[in-house]
Amino acid sequence: MSGYLTFLLIMIIGIAAFFVGRSRALAVDTGGQKAHSRPHYHGAWAMLCATMPALALLVAWEIGATAYINRDISNQVALLSAAAGSANTDVTAGLVKSLAHGLSLLDPAQASNLPKTMGELAPLLADKGVTLAPDTKDYMIPLAADANAQFNRIAWIGGLATIALSILGALYGLSQIAVRVRARTKVEKVVLWSLFSASTIAILTTVGIVLSMLFQTITFFGQVSPVNFFFGTVWDPRFASAGSGASQGQFGLIPLLAGTLYIALVALLVAVPVGLMSAVYMSEYASKPVRSIVKPALELLAGIPTIVYGIFALVTLGPWLRDLSAALYSGSPFIQGQSILTAGLVMGVMLIPVVSSLSDDIITAVPQAMRDGSLGLGATHSETIKRVILPAALPGIVGAVLLTASRAIGETMIVVLAAGVAANLTANPFEAMTTITVKIVNQLTGDLEFNSPQTLVAFALGITLFFVTLVMNIVALAIVRKYREQYE
Amino acid sequence: MTDITAGSLPVAARPARRDIGIKRRYAAEARFKAYGIAAIIFGLVFLAIMLVTIFGKGYTAFWQTNITLPVTYDAAIIDPQNKSAADPSVLVKANYEKLAPRALAAKLGIEAKDKPTLAKLKAFLSDSARIQLRDALVNDPSLMGKTVDIPVLVSANIDSAFKGQVDLSVPETRRKVKDLQITWMNQLASEGALAQKFNAGFFVNGESARPENAGIGVAMVGSVMMMLIVLVLALLIGVAASIYLEEFAPKNRITDLIEVNINNLAAVPSIVFGLLGLSVFINFIGLPRGAAIVGGITLSLMTLPTIIIATRAAISAVPPSIRQAALGLGASKMQMVFHHVLPLAMPGILTGTIIGLARALGETAPLLLIGMVAFVANYPGIPTDASTALPVQIYMWANAAERAFAERAFGAIIILLIFLMAMNITAIILRRKFERRW
Repeated sequence: MSGYLTFLLIMIIGIAAFFVGRSRALAVDTGGQKAHSRPHYHGAWAMLCATMPALALLVAWEIGATAYINRDISNQVALLSAAAGSANTDVTAGLVKSLAHGLSLLDPAQASNLPKTMGELAPLLADKGVTLAPDTKDYMIPLAADANAQFNRIAWIGGLATIALSILGALYGLSQIAVRVRARTKVEKVVLWSLFSASTIAILTTVGIVLSMLFQTITFFGQVSPVNFFFGTVWDPRFASAGSGASQGQFGLIPLLAGTLYIALVALLVAVPVGLMSAVYMSEYASKPVRSIVKPALELLAGIPTIVYGIFALVTLGPWLRDLSAALYSGSPFIQGQSILTAGLVMGVMLIPVVSSLSDDIITAVPQAMRDGSLGLGATHSETIKRVILPAALPGIVGAVLLTASRAIGETMIVVLAAGVAANLTANPFEAMTTITVKIVNQLTGDLEFNSPQTLVAFALGITLFFVTLVMNIVALAIVRKYREQYE
Repeated sequence: MTDITAGSLPVAARPARRDIGIKRRYAAEARFKAYGIAAIIFGLVFLAIMLVTIFGKGYTAFWQTNITLPVTYDAAIIDPQNKSAADPSVLVKANYEKLAPRALAAKLGIEAKDKPTLAKLKAFLSDSARIQLRDALVNDPSLMGKTVDIPVLVSANIDSAFKGQVDLSVPETRRKVKDLQITWMNQLASEGALAQKFNAGFFVNGESARPENAGIGVAMVGSVMMMLIVLVLALLIGVAASIYLEEFAPKNRITDLIEVNINNLAAVPSIVFGLLGLSVFINFIGLPRGAAIVGGITLSLMTLPTIIIATRAAISAVPPSIRQAALGLGASKMQMVFHHVLPLAMPGILTGTIIGLARALGETAPLLLIGMVAFVANYPGIPTDASTALPVQIYMWANAAERAFAERAFGAIIILLIFLMAMNITAIILRRKFERRW
């Protein structure tokens, strides 16, 4: 009995329990005492009793059965492959599993007399649309058939047990129905627990992010020393399989980190003045009609996906800058097609709405009394802004700049398309440098074995990026909180 | 008495005004205002340039050059042993490759005997021409032996040349479109056989190695599937978490930890979520690579903080009087929240959800890492089938070598921007319509 079918049956039993419970609650309420809960709460409690324990058992059974069968296959494969002389137990176990999955798609008539050799079996499987790796050997066929049979047996037992538990739960819930029973309280407690567990998903996500990258990073630091990684100045990963002894290449973080910071700096140099000045103009000078047109237009800039910016930089801006520099320098271009300037410029334009909206909130939060006082003392509007409002808003603006910087550091698609992939250390903004995010994408979208340092380095880079942006966000919040003046 | 007018009274001389530099300061004021206007204009001009470039380079992707050929379904080539009546699959497996170039040669009125000319004839038409001819015959087997006019696609290079995107001043050896083919193209166009038609295949086809057959259909289905998963997961979990945090959470360390985590997750780069999806959902749990469900779960984890923050703002905007009135009439706290507060906060929640969905629709980086960069040519049936997404498709086409793929990338960007604009406008309209001033 498959998991889906069992799940469906549990749901049907639960819904049936709801309706039976509700009608029973209506019947029991003869008007003598005041009923504590409305009838649908009694029905809901019966449904929860029917479904919750049974679903928990179903999930646990599925996980346990899969783990048990996998371990069984691995053990048998270890025994047999020692005899047959195959190399890697994990790969062989994987082949057996694919074969088992293919066998499960055969008709019962074909499955009951399986051919003994892959040569006869392969066409039967191909008819069902299953193609297997050519390494699949003949001895794996009885293994796979056995595993299938065992899995089916375990699935049947589990399915029946779960259905039985569900029915028992429904009967228990229904038996409790009486007029003064506090069904609503019990149901609401369950709902409260589910709301709480939904909110813990945020913690689970953070824990998942850190742990998922941590284990791979630890494996990586087993193969490449952390000092070489964090302080190395050459990024040159070679294509070598794990443990093959061939040169693994060098994994130095410094060129990537320098590229990330340089591009972020150029982006901030574009975004902060433009964003801040437009926020100041819009909140202080602009009339309502102008504001109602310009604000949505700037938000339009924020809504454009970053890949569009990246393609624009790659196809239009990069060549234009290169041709411009060729025209200026009469012949040979000094700005390359993919350069820090291109990527930084486009990223800066992308960040303008971020800076603008954050600064707008901060500037409008400065109390009107300060503006009025300054104007009353004879300052012009721009002097008020420059000498009173901006200094008052400074902590908030610094926080906004830090948040923008952390967004610039974590940005991927613009730099993948507009900056280069060459990891070099240079101070020239007209050359190409690459960033941490580009290398994460490069290392993971190739055909690389999963445990090789070339792939694991992506996780090391990822965890570095995560912690850098985390620290920047925390510092930004701390600055805002510490230096914010309370005016009221 | 003589009238004393203001003009006849002696007036003391005005003291010289102290120079407080007012002219300089007004000039500085005007400059400051000009900087502000310049900043805004810079942003808007960049936006305009970007939109104009995208539209200008992309709108040609919606038209495709077709050629109407008189095709002779020669029975000697297709079914030499005359088995088609008994075995219809003979029609499917026959060799249609020769028919289209022959028809083209017949249309041009040339005898193609030498190899270079034959090669140019073959390269003029799309490789999919033989599939179009096969489909026409299989649908109507009575065409066997007849000569019919069938529209087929031309190859991508000729399509680009017809749209004027090929630089013909480059010497012939350095370009893919040869002079002879240009002559044919002009001749056929003047006869009316070669024309541009609306490229409906762009919206229906999947990924293809031939630019003229490539489309965003599969990518759109993948994107829609993932958006549905995000809508269900992120909305349910986000609203549940927000309700708990706003209404029920006690002020203790666990609540602080949850809130700190949500604020941090809102600022985590999206590529880190891709690493999470790869590491946990694909490697640890074992879901298939490039499946829509993996992308959907990853994107919903990414959208969750946005939805939580928007929902909390919407829930806290509901005035306390409503809550107290409900409690005063005897509702329990849970009933108060679900029957009174949540419906009133719904418009704000919907707006936040639509904006979160729009962000998730345009995300590319996490999807690249979970394996959606594969060549997916078939429509995904269930969420565990391999699929791709619209932004990823754009990325793959932007990286492809042929010029025609770049044109299609811009066309796909136009479609993506239209969807995003529609979603944002819907959010704004909903917000204006349901906004209540308490």
